[in-house]
Amino acid sequence: MTLRELIDNLLGRQPASAATAKQRLQLVLAHDRSDLNPELLEQMRREILEVVSRYVEIDLEEGDVSLETEDRVTALVANLPIKRARTTPLPPPSGTAAASA
Amino acid sequence: MTSASSRTILICSGKGGVGKTTLTANLGIALAKQGAKTAVLDADFGLRNLDLLLGLENRIVYTAQEVLAETCRLEQALVKHKQEPNLSLLPAGNPRMLEWLTPDDMKKIVAMLEERFDFVLIDCPAGIEDGFKNAAAASREALIVTTPEVSAVRDADRVIGLLQTREIQPVQLVLNRVRPKMMANQEMLAVDDVTDILALPLVGLVLEDEQVIVSTNRGEPLTLNGSRSPAGQAYMNVARRLRGEDVPLVDPTKKAPGLRAKIGRLMQTKIF
Repeated sequence: MTLRELIDNLLGRQPASAATAKQRLQLVLAHDRSDLNPELLEQMRREILEVVSRYVEIDLEEGDVSLETEDRVTALVANLPIKRARTTPLPPPSGTAAASA
Repeated sequence: MTSASSRTILICSGKGGVGKTTLTANLGIALAKQGAKTAVLDADFGLRNLDLLLGLENRIVYTAQEVLAETCRLEQALVKHKQEPNLSLLPAGNPRMLEWLTPDDMKKIVAMLEERFDFVLIDCPAGIEDGFKNAAAASREALIVTTPEVSAVRDADRVIGLLQTREIQPVQLVLNRVRPKMMANQEMLAVDDVTDILALPLVGLVLEDEQVIVSTNRGEPLTLNGSRSPAGQAYMNVARRLRGEDVPLVDPTKKAPGLRAKIGRLMQTKIF
């Protein structure tokens, strides 16, 4: 955090726009470069969470799956805080059965 | 001169209006002044403007099209700049005759130019469609022009991706229309932000400069008369760097005058 951001926070002001511009650009470029549309990404995110939560109990509020880009390489980054491991994995969802734990 | 020693550089941006043609004109003159035989090829023949920026609009008789049709020789189509005879302009075509040019035509023309010139600069049309594909067909290296704005950077990124698939190397960045005060106040993407996002080496940093408009009004690029204006200097430096000279790039926010800029720099201090 920079001094400017701290002062803006304390005064409840909108932060300087350059940081917003950078953030928005990075996000949109990650999508442009990977050719994944937000809908597909959301579907993938849900399925990844589903699979992982069969093995471990994860904090769904804190969990985050997103695309990040650095040096023109795009990576899928998942940050899933684990509450506790399951002794036996839940069965995979079969047919139409929902898999939420 | 063999084609091996000649350098063909595509000047492109994706987005329109960021300064491709202005860069091509100024860089062409700058290289010529520094002693390199230079040709500038206006590949944007539907909406050609390079002739206008160079003050050569009244001297065009033939274009690359007539050269390829063999109704004239290359020498007849090349428009030599009077004040700077090392520079010649070749318009790709005539605005009335759209859609004649193919990537193969472009390769033929550029091969002819490479036999006669040290540098061939290709002014690419905006967009990523056929005009871009034609212009890119014969290029070996590229300069990306962008401004510190989200739309320009995004479009530049698309173009960089396309150049990479064509294995055009090296691709270098010219950051245009930089406003040091806004950058210092963090109301404009920083130089490092843009170079980080696009992951390209920076070969030029051009400040927003009213003199650019004055020079286009006159049809005399800033580099022609050794202008001391910030943009004129910056264009001269791009030319020197392209020729291999080591000219340091100065971050404008680190030398912007005035108290506001100083406070701006203080505000950027990382506290945690």
